[in-house]
Amino acid sequence: MNTKKTARYGLLIALAFIFSYIESVIAAPVPVPGIKLGLANVVVVAALYRMGNGAAVAVSVVRVILSGLTFNNALMMVYSLSGCTLSLLVMALLKKTKRFGIVGVSVAGGVMHNLGQLMVAAVILETSALAYYFPALLVSGCAAGCVIGIAGGEAVKRLPPSFL
Amino acid sequence: MKKFKKWDIWLIAAIVLIALASWIYLRFSRDEGAFVVASVDGEVTGRYSLSQPLSLEIESPGGSNFLVIEDGTAKVTAADCPDKLCVNQKAIRFQGESIICLPHRLEIRIEGGEEGGVDALAQ
Repeated sequence: MNTKKTARYGLLIALAFIFSYIESVIAAPVPVPGIKLGLANVVVVAALYRMGNGAAVAVSVVRVILSGLTFNNALMMVYSLSGCTLSLLVMALLKKTKRFGIVGVSVAGGVMHNLGQLMVAAVILETSALAYYFPALLVSGCAAGCVIGIAGGEAVKRLPPSFL
Repeated sequence: MKKFKKWDIWLIAAIVLIALASWIYLRFSRDEGAFVVASVDGEVTGRYSLSQPLSLEIESPGGSNFLVIEDGTAKVTAADCPDKLCVNQKAIRFQGESIICLPHRLEIRIEGGEEGGVDALAQ
């Protein structure tokens, strides 16, 4: 990994970390836990499209660990990590098919992020009553994925080719 | 580059459809409750099986409500509260449903139990 690459990764992780911070400060008034925009994923999606799978994984995982240690507790970090792993996996696969645009990939990522967390929560809490959250998390993941995908698409388009 | 590709639209439509279908499924396959839990001022005063018929007068500082359990449902049939909202509510039987009498600070809620199949839902 050369110096330039290291600097870029650092920059992107810092940006994603700041987005996480902003979101942790603004408490969303929703009744269902887990519904949020996931602003940091704009960086992940942009990294995925401009720098490839490795960069997206690095930014996403390091960001989750950092914000888990800083703003959340360890349990939240486990939820987040499982969500982001599933999300990255599905996004990379869908992007590889070349049939989906950045919005579609991002939507799939948003939904999978929520489903990954829901599944881990069901295992940890040993309850399937969480199934009641399924429709709400599906729709919210889809909506958040749309917004993130559009924003990420704009970022990919506007960033100068020399950057990233 | 177009913002939405054709496959993106199909993906979004499929997700919304799945969400809608599962919402409808959850809505109509709600779990039958197993117990009727009565509480006054947040304090649980009684826990009764939903499968055994019962008629009971629940006394609270504000007055009294007449609770009837029959055919696996719970209902308030009479009360001396001013608004009678609790009496007008329909019978409850599913987990999480409740009848609330605000003037008497009484809540009658359906809860699950060993016999209530929460786990059947996820499979």
